[in-house]
Amino acid sequence: MKIKIGAGILVFFALMAVLGPLLIGADPAATSEDGLQGPSAEHWLGTTQTGQDILLQIVYGARVSLGVGVLSALIATVLAVAVGLVGGYVGGAVDEALSVLTNIFLVLPALPLIIVLAGYLPQRGAASVAVVIAVTGWAWGARVLRAQTLSVRRRDYVQAARASGEGPLRIVFYEILPVLLPVIATSFLATVVAAILAEAGLSFLGLADLSTVSWGSMLYFAQNGQALLIGAWWWFIPPGLCIALIGTGLALVNFGIDEIANPRLRTIKAPRKART
Amino acid sequence: MRFLARRLGFYLLTAWAAITLNFLIPRLMPGDPVELLVARMKGNVDPAAIDAMRRAFGISDASPWRQYLDYLGNLAHGELGRSITFFPTEVSTVIADSLPWTVGLVGVATLISYLIGTSLGVIMAWKRGTWLDGVLPGATFMHAVPYFWVALALVFVFGVTLQWFPVSRAYGLDVMPGLTGEFARSVLYHATLPAITIVLASMADRILGMRNVMVTTLGEDYVVMAEAKGLTSRRVMWAYAARNAILPNITSFALSLGFVVGGSVLTEIVFSYPGIGSMLLKGVENEDFPLMQGIFLVISLAVLVANFLADLAYVVLDPRTRQETE
Repeated sequence: MKIKIGAGILVFFALMAVLGPLLIGADPAATSEDGLQGPSAEHWLGTTQTGQDILLQIVYGARVSLGVGVLSALIATVLAVAVGLVGGYVGGAVDEALSVLTNIFLVLPALPLIIVLAGYLPQRGAASVAVVIAVTGWAWGARVLRAQTLSVRRRDYVQAARASGEGPLRIVFYEILPVLLPVIATSFLATVVAAILAEAGLSFLGLADLSTVSWGSMLYFAQNGQALLIGAWWWFIPPGLCIALIGTGLALVNFGIDEIANPRLRTIKAPRKART
Repeated sequence: MRFLARRLGFYLLTAWAAITLNFLIPRLMPGDPVELLVARMKGNVDPAAIDAMRRAFGISDASPWRQYLDYLGNLAHGELGRSITFFPTEVSTVIADSLPWTVGLVGVATLISYLIGTSLGVIMAWKRGTWLDGVLPGATFMHAVPYFWVALALVFVFGVTLQWFPVSRAYGLDVMPGLTGEFARSVLYHATLPAITIVLASMADRILGMRNVMVTTLGEDYVVMAEAKGLTSRRVMWAYAARNAILPNITSFALSLGFVVGGSVLTEIVFSYPGIGSMLLKGVENEDFPLMQGIFLVISLAVLVANFLADLAYVVLDPRTRQETE
């Protein structure tokens, strides 16, 4: 049940990001005469100071926020897979070195590092922001994947592959990687959410590309447009709510999986249920 | 003690990595920071500032290795260069002025959040299947909420609409800083909303994490045994189950510290709190690279120290780490 609700939320936002702009086809940055109006039949979520429609901005913003999140998580996951699998499989000094590197990046505070790196960027486009976030966000995945690789490499079929003369690269990427796909997928999703949060924080500080509409830049303009002092709650509530909902969706999926693995965690003490 | 020695070694290594990263970032990022600054200011920079910046970065014609040694030497003397924003103030002075605010705010808020969150997790695991499970969806939601958005919402409700609390600065304009009760009250009053933000945004992780570990621990035989012996539920819950369940919780708490600090940076900015987070933003906005880097270094080292403290707590709680044999 939890998995279904969580996946439903994630699919909803994914569809919104992919299809939403195609279906609406209006300019989210277009201004109008109706500035700072509360939610109404015409503007479901109200308007900004310059009369931009907030619902429209949320739909288009989903594309940028999720886009940066997914791109960044892709890069981070490739790094995590490389570091985690190679370290876990090769072992020895290589593994020691990669583990220490992973642990260092786990301990260093990510957001201050992202802010400093963004400060040096000559152009803060979506792609460079995604790279900066990825550089600081791969360590958790690498740590989990290394632990998993350590257990998989002892399995018989991997030993058999080695005995039959397969090279280490082939074993890591053709024998071990496919088995770890579910773990990689979970860590990828978690990284997407972390990256969305980081992008939102960066945009909110005005350190990302402010010419495109994203949830973070909406919050930046709401804060700088004195939305709080004017009482325009409809301006800053929706973007943050969307970010939190995506995080909730992911957490529900994760908790659902945990409950399947560990039945004690289930909340309902139903005597016998067909499925959870 | 081997455990602590190993951890200490790792933190020293990480500190060295942070220091070296700090040296490499301006050299690896595209463009020369000094020229970048001059270009952006369209030449309106004090030549003394440029010179100070070159020195702060150790940028010279010397070999990279020589530059690195110079940089380490400067650092050893606490020399972080001069801030561009507050020229000619030393970066170390700017940091020394703002750090106490951050350490006070974030330290106290994190401690409160840890204590409340962990206790709630213990109680919720103990009473699972009751109305307390209703907290779970709320915690799941709060666990992903951006810090600065919580801050905005609190400012809106309690600052602007109800006007219960001030929404910016660390103390009132009408009080003089000093060791007076009036000043202390003003500081506490101004810190309330930022602290609540950090507590609310970071507590959900502790609740969910502790509940999950605790639920698993409650199924262990020694807990059943303790109950069978007729010990009071309070004793079973806290002294038998919670004491064991708290160990993984401390590890995950230590790992989440970097995230909490990142969130606190944003929280400070929303509240214009004069801490290190607000200074970091000022540094980035003004292309004040020495200030930015000094702050990154200090934040990293602070997180390392906090991690080490968490390890100390772990050693106190888990006798196994105190065994001399491996």
